[in-house]
Formats: sequence, C-alpha cells, structure tokens
Amino acid sequence: MFESIIKKALDDAERLNPILNAFLSLEQAHAEERIAELGKERQELPLFGYPIAVKDNICTQGLRTSCGSRILENYRAHYNATAIEKLNQAGAVVIGKTNMDEFAMGSSNENSAFGICRNPWDTERVPGGSSGGSAAAVASGVVRASLGSETGGSVRQPASLCGVVGLKPTYGRISRYGLVAFASSLDNIGIFGRSVRDAAKVLGVIAGRDPLDSTSAEVPVPDYEATLDATVSGRRIGVPWALMGEGLDGEVRSAVERSIEGFRSIGAEIVDIELPHAMYGIAVYYIIATAEASSNLARYDGVRYGFRAEQANSLREMYHQTREEGFGPEVKRRIMLGTYVLSSGYYDAYYAKAQKVRALVKRDYERAFASCDAILTPTSPTTAFRIGERSDDPLAMYLSDIYTVSANLAGIPAISVPCGLSSENLPIGLQLLGNFWSEALLLNMAYKFESEFPLKEMPKIFAD
Amino acid sequence: MDVKKVAKLAHLDISEEEVAIYTPQLAKIVEYVEQLGKVDITGVDPMLGGLTDEGQATDTMRDDEVIVSSGQEWATCEAPAAVEGHFQVPKVL
Repeated sequence: MFESIIKKALDDAERLNPILNAFLSLEQAHAEERIAELGKERQELPLFGYPIAVKDNICTQGLRTSCGSRILENYRAHYNATAIEKLNQAGAVVIGKTNMDEFAMGSSNENSAFGICRNPWDTERVPGGSSGGSAAAVASGVVRASLGSETGGSVRQPASLCGVVGLKPTYGRISRYGLVAFASSLDNIGIFGRSVRDAAKVLGVIAGRDPLDSTSAEVPVPDYEATLDATVSGRRIGVPWALMGEGLDGEVRSAVERSIEGFRSIGAEIVDIELPHAMYGIAVYYIIATAEASSNLARYDGVRYGFRAEQANSLREMYHQTREEGFGPEVKRRIMLGTYVLSSGYYDAYYAKAQKVRALVKRDYERAFASCDAILTPTSPTTAFRIGERSDDPLAMYLSDIYTVSANLAGIPAISVPCGLSSENLPIGLQLLGNFWSEALLLNMAYKFESEFPLKEMPKIFAD
Repeated sequence: MDVKKVAKLAHLDISEEEVAIYTPQLAKIVEYVEQLGKVDITGVDPMLGGLTDEGQATDTMRDDEVIVSSGQEWATCEAPAAVEGHFQVPKVL
C-alpha cells in the first residue's frame, strides 16, 4: 500500500517536471531502498511511507545537494541533515530534491542555475522563492509536505504564492545541522504542507534540540497535532495597520481584511498594534544577511568540493575564477554587498548599525506580544508575479519580503495559510506571527481558519 | 562603491561588463539601506545573533571524547582534484 503511494509521487513528479521544473533530482533508487527498509519496519511510525520533497540545500547522504548552484552542481552530500535523519526514522521517504534560487538568494526561483520553476496555478508566473520547488511540489499535489529553508521569508512567500501552508519555526526549534549555511543568524529549516495538519505532523517529527547544532535550543516539543482543533475564541490577534499601505496590492488587502473578519467570526478579538521599526526590516536584512553570506560562502573555493575553474595558473587565480564562473549574478551581488558592509571603514556605518536596528525590530515584537497572542499581516504584498517581471531590478525583488523578513530578524515563528484567490485565480496568503516557541498556537489558529474558510479551488497543474 | 575593489576582496574575478551592470544596482541597494541612518539607536545594544533566551540558556558543551573519524578518503572524495587522501591545488609559490 505505502509502496504505491511513494511510486505514485515519483511518477507524478516525473510527469509534471517538464512543465513545472519543481525537482532538480528525482531519487528513484533511493526510494526503492527505503521501501525495502520500511517493509521490515513498524507501520505505526508517525510518517510511515510518507513521501516528502526536500529543498536542494538540505544535505541528503549520497544524493545530489546542489543548492541550485553551478558551483555545487554534482555535489553529493556526505551525510544527512538531522531533519532528514529524523524524517527517515519516522518512516518518511525522500523522493527528490527541489529547485531553488541559488543558495536560497531570491524571491522568485529565477536565480536557480538549473532553470526557473513555474507556479502550478499559472505557469507564466513564478512560484516565489527561494524555496519555489518545494512549494510547487506540494501545490501540484506530488507530495503532501516538503522541506524548505527560510532566511527572510523563503518558505512563507512561496507558500503564499502557491496556495499552500508554509511554516517558519522559532530560531532554534529545528536543527540546522546539514542545512547549507547562507546567513547563520537568520537561517531556519521550514515546512510546506498541503494542509496545516501536514505541517504540524512534520514539525513534530523534526523539531527539538540536536547536539550537532549548537543553536538548537533545549525546549520541549509539544504534540502539535493534539491542539490543532482548540478553540480560538478569546484569542487576541494584533493587526499592524500602519504597515498595510504603500505597495500592498488591493486584492491582497481585501482578502486579508476578510480574513480578519473571519477570525472575528470564530471568536477571536482583533486589536490594533504598532511595529514602528518593521519598515526598516528589509534594510537591516540586506546588510546582515549579505554580511553573513559573504563569510559563509567563502568556503566555495574549488578545493574541497564542487566546481573548479580549470584554466588557472596559480592558487589565487583558481579561487577567483572558480567563484566567478561558479556563482550566478544574484549570489555575486550579495557576496559583494556583504563584503562591502563588513570592509574596513564601513563596518560601524552598516553592520553595527543594522545589528542595533535589528534589536529594535525584536523589541517591537516583544512589546506587541504583551497585548496580543498573534499578529496578522499579508504574507506577500502581491500575488505571484510574471516570470521576468522583476528580474532586472534586484531592489524591487527584495521589497517582496516586506512582511516576512522581520520574523527572521526577531527569531519568532510565523505561518502562511491560504486566504483566498485573486480575480486572476492566483492564491493569496495570510501570515500569522507568534511569540517565541508558539508554533502550537500558530498551527491551531491556522488550522481553525483553514477549517472554516478552506481554499476549495485547485491549481491548473495538479497531479490527479 | 568601488565594485572592482570589493570584487577583489570577495575573490571574484568579475569582468568589465559585470562591473558596468553591478555598479548602479549595488549603488541603488546601498542607497536604500542608508535609510537606517534615520533610526535613533541611542543606548541600544546590538543584537549579535539570532538566539532566543532559551537558546542562550541551552548547554551546548559536550564531553571531550575521541570519536572515530571518517577518514581522509571520505573527506576528499568530493574534491575536484585529490591524490592519496590529499587535496590537489595549482602551484602556490
């Protein structure tokens, strides 16, 4: 029985990939091995025979882990990320690795070295990014859940654009051992689910302290599924109205306003809140994230793994040419920006300042959560945009992260859940942000919303 | 921003065409992030990483015990050039 579910997922992925390009690799042989192993296992495992797709920057032993980059094109990871180990132990089966913006840098998946991924709702549009392939794999019905990664919204934004659930946990909730580093103080592994329950199920399996990741925290993991159906009556939802002005699409705004009324109708109380420094989130993010990236990506030098430029005559020339040929334009832009903000004479003006404003962004949330249980905003200011529409203007692309980046800066959890369709039949997502370690509450509120106001329409490209 | 100089610091051998493309793009981004100059940060301590209070409180020390290493062959098997467990690179001097 479970074999047929896994084989169907692989068949669907293979059949849809020429249209969507959601997968960079499909792992038939690995899945066969896992099926054989599972045949000897207990069927009561929490994710027994559950096919799952994994973003290509999460290490999977013996399987390709390219990070969407030419510099790691043929790299096969030496070991499993802890999240993968835990999924395997729970009985899940990785069926393939998904497309992404190179090194998770982008909001459209157009920065992949291996071709763009397309949105299952409209194949002329982007799925969002950077975890575009993982979002499209779930939206198109190939798998019920997938792993992505988040540095500034790279799970929530594509979840919103593809009409699925996207969860970014608290910093330290899920071990990042085996997640290829981009910006270490912001990076998280995140989860896509067809439903809130799928996300809750996977989170319960992969959350928790891991001695192999010193940033993972010793905080008990609750039974996330057990509280999904708890009442939201009396819960206070804060709405930062001041953020919902310039740049917010009218249809997205209407859908979010309807969602607020929806929450009110199921008993939640709506309160006004202010996040006065959230508007600086993108500026802070593009200093801190690029600074950390310039350091983390220094390891790609053509010596230990990955691509090496062949023509170099000296070691230094080899480094420079390898990186020049191996990295794409967005990665180079961010490495250079990060190098600049950390360089002698500029550090205080940019990096040190950004760290202070980051502290203020966090303080805003701490103050807001004194008067509410969760905060509601749009996930993305617009629905899925057309392929190519923003690719010549990096700054315009960065601004699509306006509602998501500040959760990464503060380290708080957040979830995106579908809340309607635009007149062009494109999904709209609402975002709920919670206090540290409040994933159970966010999943509960998202579940109640999803149950009351389900998205009934299906994308054009769907597995069955 | 002197893009050529920054590229050199970042170990990127960028072309003249790229300099022409990146210079205005990076200038626009730097101009955007300079809005942080408007924020009053008097008396604010910098946030040095992403850890929560619980993350800070987590004991991350382990016993100093010898564990089995995976070995040189394993460590070098993904290298573009390796000989007998050593990484091979172009001449250094």
